[in-house]
Amino acid sequence: MSLQDILVLAETHLGALSDITLELLGAARQLAATTGGKVVVLLLGPDGARHAPALQAADRIVVIDESQLAAYSPEPYLAVLASVVQAEGPRAVLLGSTSIGLDVGPALGARLGVPVVGGCQQIAAEDGALRVTASLCAGKLLADVEVSKAPAILMILSGSFRPSGENRQPAVESRGSPVPLGPGAVTFERMVQPEAGDVDITKESVLVCVGRGIQQQDNLGLAEDLAKALGGQLCASRPIVDQGWLPTTRQVGKSGMTVKPKLYLALGVSGAPEHQEGMKGAELIVAVNMDAKAPIFDIAHFGVQMDLLDVVPALIEAVKAKKRGG
Amino acid sequence: MKIAVVVRQVPDLIEPLEITASGDGLDWDRASFLVNESDDHALEQAILLKESVGGTVAVVAMDFGDVDNTLYTAAAKGADRIVKIPLDGESPPGPQAAAAMLAQSIQGLQADLVLVGCQAHDELEGSLTPRLALALGLPYVGVIRGVQPGDVPGSVRVFKEFPGAVMEQMSVRLPALLGILAAAQPPRYVPVSRIRATMKSTRFEERKAAAPAAEPLVKVRRLYPTPTTGRAEMLDGSEEDVAKRLAAILAEKGILK
Repeated sequence: MSLQDILVLAETHLGALSDITLELLGAARQLAATTGGKVVVLLLGPDGARHAPALQAADRIVVIDESQLAAYSPEPYLAVLASVVQAEGPRAVLLGSTSIGLDVGPALGARLGVPVVGGCQQIAAEDGALRVTASLCAGKLLADVEVSKAPAILMILSGSFRPSGENRQPAVESRGSPVPLGPGAVTFERMVQPEAGDVDITKESVLVCVGRGIQQQDNLGLAEDLAKALGGQLCASRPIVDQGWLPTTRQVGKSGMTVKPKLYLALGVSGAPEHQEGMKGAELIVAVNMDAKAPIFDIAHFGVQMDLLDVVPALIEAVKAKKRGG
Repeated sequence: MKIAVVVRQVPDLIEPLEITASGDGLDWDRASFLVNESDDHALEQAILLKESVGGTVAVVAMDFGDVDNTLYTAAAKGADRIVKIPLDGESPPGPQAAAAMLAQSIQGLQADLVLVGCQAHDELEGSLTPRLALALGLPYVGVIRGVQPGDVPGSVRVFKEFPGAVMEQMSVRLPALLGILAAAQPPRYVPVSRIRATMKSTRFEERKAAAPAAEPLVKVRRLYPTPTTGRAEMLDGSEEDVAKRLAAILAEKGILK
């Protein structure tokens, strides 16, 4: 590996390669074209080589084939990643802005004393430095930053890069852990699946999503009435679930469900990148928000800049009237 | 159980975010602040644990962004100690300096468990929380939705959030630092009258901390509002006009049946 190479930390979830890995590979391919280096994918866990067919855009695939890496645990992940990065000496390490990336990205940067940038949407090499555009403040601001010290730890925002279609027939190098993996302080117990019995919002064709703009739990009934009138179901952005107003099975976004309904009606949802990640594939997106600059309007097909508490009652009546043939 | 919680102030996104004249930073003087949401959940989780197994909760904060109201609210919710770190400048320190300063203050508290929000929306260089764990020499796991007392004494059980509402249940041996996404219950409400009463009885402990001199690893060239692409066709008029137009669009698309 050379100082111009790009290392990608692959992620798997419940045995399958996560979509973010293919986006990271696309970003790495794009960056490597400007650094002139190669792209190396690092897969942690036993039998990781089975994911190689999906990673053909890489130049090399390194698999750390260890049973102790079968389930995610931060200490062994960080120890192995740091060791591989030090041995390989890449220009940049690409991780997802994910549950795993949020743990190990900043920790890796702190451990190695190298720069970390979160929320990366664009990356390029120029005059020996990396130029990065990153999103912050829930997507309201962008920062153009420069990082000179290598390796740069770049945490990529999902949806920012397309997977690469290249086929480079990468070599797969399977090996044991480069560092001893003893029992750590954090140990895996089990994966907990969402409770059965609630609606599966990923299968619904009409979703009414509520965000902070709903203001109070008492107002959920209004959104629910609209969902019923439309023949759909209610879902929510993360703050509503964090408040305990709806269960986690109704959460849309990075840490919740990814949905692709025919209609996604966003009520008082600002549309932070983490939320967009879970709903941008909807066929028709309608957004109601008081803030004209809310990022949700950038991906919505139709927008209404009004207080949802004013417009929803009128919309319920209009939908009912239309269904009656009015 | 001795629990330490870090709370931070972040710009209120409801208000406009102003950029400095140099164009490379937030104008902190013109920002409105509120408590970082995941730190508020970390505090709630700490108080829930205290109520469950006993112990104390110490809140640590840097003196930035009108933090006093947040600290009085924390005391009214049940925090036993409030530690405030004075700052020299008018801007918050960078992540390396912040981790070092917070670590200096937390070390003296001899906490079994340190809880911090796993993210803040104004963090450009990734989460502060893993850096703080490293500075304290503590094991770390973040993006946690709920902490319970562990089956084994000296441990806790945590639930790490993954896509699809799937959680990874983990056991964490203490002492440790956890990055909290959400508490097991929503942050409690405290009436203003109780906060006012707490203001009279609460004393902040001021602990100075030194920030190590270090060159920033990430240089901000430009900070600016995200350009709007204006993709949405905006519907104007009265509520009734907009509602009728929307209903007509949904009918045209075959969504109303």
